[in-house]
Amino acid sequence: MAFIIVLVALAILAPLIARLVGHSPNELFGSMLTPLGLPKGPNAHFWFGADQAGRDVFVRTLYGARTSLTVSVVGTGAATVLGTITGSVAGYRGGWIDTVISRFTDVLLSLPLLLFAIGLASVCSVSKSGCLGGVLQPGLSLVMAIIALFTWPYMARIVRGQVIALKQRDFVEAARALGARDRRIMFIDLLPNLVAPIIVYATLTLPTNILFEASLSYLGVGVPQSTPSWGRMLSDATSGSLFTYAWWMMLYPGLFLLLTTLAFNLLGDGLRDALLPETR
Amino acid sequence: MAYYVIRRLIWLIVVLLFITAITYTIFFLMSPVNPAILFAGKQPTLATINEVKQEFGLNKPVGVQYLIFVRHVFFGDRYGWPGLGFSFVTRTAVLSELGPRLVITTTLVIGSAIVWLALGIPIGVISAVKQRTRLDRLTMGLAIFFVSAPVFWLGLTFLWLFWFKLGIAGGSGYFPLTQYGFFTWLNHMIMPWVVLALQEAAWYARMTRGNLIETMKEDYIRTARAKGVREIRVILRHGVRASLTPVVTMFGMDLALLFGGTIITETVFNLQGLGQWAVESVFSGDLPVILAVTLVVSFAITLANVIVDVTYVYLDPRVRIIG
Repeated sequence: MAFIIVLVALAILAPLIARLVGHSPNELFGSMLTPLGLPKGPNAHFWFGADQAGRDVFVRTLYGARTSLTVSVVGTGAATVLGTITGSVAGYRGGWIDTVISRFTDVLLSLPLLLFAIGLASVCSVSKSGCLGGVLQPGLSLVMAIIALFTWPYMARIVRGQVIALKQRDFVEAARALGARDRRIMFIDLLPNLVAPIIVYATLTLPTNILFEASLSYLGVGVPQSTPSWGRMLSDATSGSLFTYAWWMMLYPGLFLLLTTLAFNLLGDGLRDALLPETR
Repeated sequence: MAYYVIRRLIWLIVVLLFITAITYTIFFLMSPVNPAILFAGKQPTLATINEVKQEFGLNKPVGVQYLIFVRHVFFGDRYGWPGLGFSFVTRTAVLSELGPRLVITTTLVIGSAIVWLALGIPIGVISAVKQRTRLDRLTMGLAIFFVSAPVFWLGLTFLWLFWFKLGIAGGSGYFPLTQYGFFTWLNHMIMPWVVLALQEAAWYARMTRGNLIETMKEDYIRTARAKGVREIRVILRHGVRASLTPVVTMFGMDLALLFGGTIITETVFNLQGLGQWAVESVFSGDLPVILAVTLVVSFAITLANVIVDVTYVYLDPRVRIIG
């Protein structure tokens, strides 16, 4: 938990810290390369060393936190909203609407997701105008959209199950007897009961999506080249087996990535135990 | 039962049609680059582009092209059955290249499935039985660590440590069994297996532990104990069997996610499998290969799910099939 606060603070303050250190994330420092063009390791000015182009790994790691958190939080948020709406409609309405939505999520869940995500990301990044007639623009928003597009079925499935269980309870029956309309029952009676599971599963999805963004960037189809990202930094370390020499290029982004997902997983587990004691 | 299996297999075909249609949409309609221009080489003339379009049927409407693709898959094309077409990039039949790559990916998946089941389930059972001991806390701590660890970072770290620093395991690359013998093959496969398996193993350990703890509270466990059944038998025969059914369901669903893992593992360890092929083809815009890999992988995933569902019925007598 403490780590999440520190991380968020570092991510927000990244530009300020960069100014204090005096290195911007894409600045090239020739002094940090050996005559052979290999990066130099950590020293007093470059705490985490430099990468293959002589950029400051410390500053880039902090900016990476920004990228990672923005993309995964927005992506997960969008997926949660989409999943909650479709899931509650499917669960509440039942009938053919439920069948269509459930089958659709089933199919989406059996797709090789990463492959489709790579495909979509690369297809939409070929030209500046993006794809789908410019709806999906290359850049951070594309990665967010991909995350939302591929993770909402999980949330929809969970919410649907919850709604089906809830709508048979007496208080919903009572509301209906009092003449409440469907929309009122959904928002006033059902939604407050869904908040706890939604928060828990959104928190547990977040680390998965952080890894998702990192994987896409690692494969070179994630965030744009100019945006520092942990996945891309690790991919820089892989190319030409550079990590066997420049271990700092692999260690620091990897460590931050690991600690971030670990912290959110622990937070999610804790929230689940606290908010949903019956699932223990 | 037979009716159920047949219904599931028909559903499988529907799913595959749907998936290939999505693949077509993503890679054909949405791509701003025409594959024919891609194939025609640098600075193509209009005539070459038209020739290429003619050759691959790219001049026909997309819907018709899709129908031709589906027909080829079911009835084969001039390169054999199933008809998967001709690669724009390597200029060979997709089918001829599929075999060796399928072998590598299958080797990777099966090997790592063995590793993760052999690690995950016993660790989960032991943690559940020794609940709240130091051993339990240690293994569950490790489990959440490996759930969080990114596959590519784990792969890099393993390569750095076991190959570069310690020199115990072989580096990246695939060394065919028939050509290099068992030990070279094993030495190069062991790291990819373990790296791919650890994350899954961690999930399974957590799941098995949770389920078994729940199951051990059930009345029939108390009955079994009261009958004087030995504790080890109570755990294994009564507890583990019942608590494994959700794990089996998860196994089926995980195969879909696992392919994502193999893409990354194959990239990190430079194994020429399906995952690496798919990524390469996405970058080079090689649509027939993307379609073929998607089709093969989706087929494997959906088929595995049918098998899992059928197994489920045998494993848990409480599940009855209606209709």
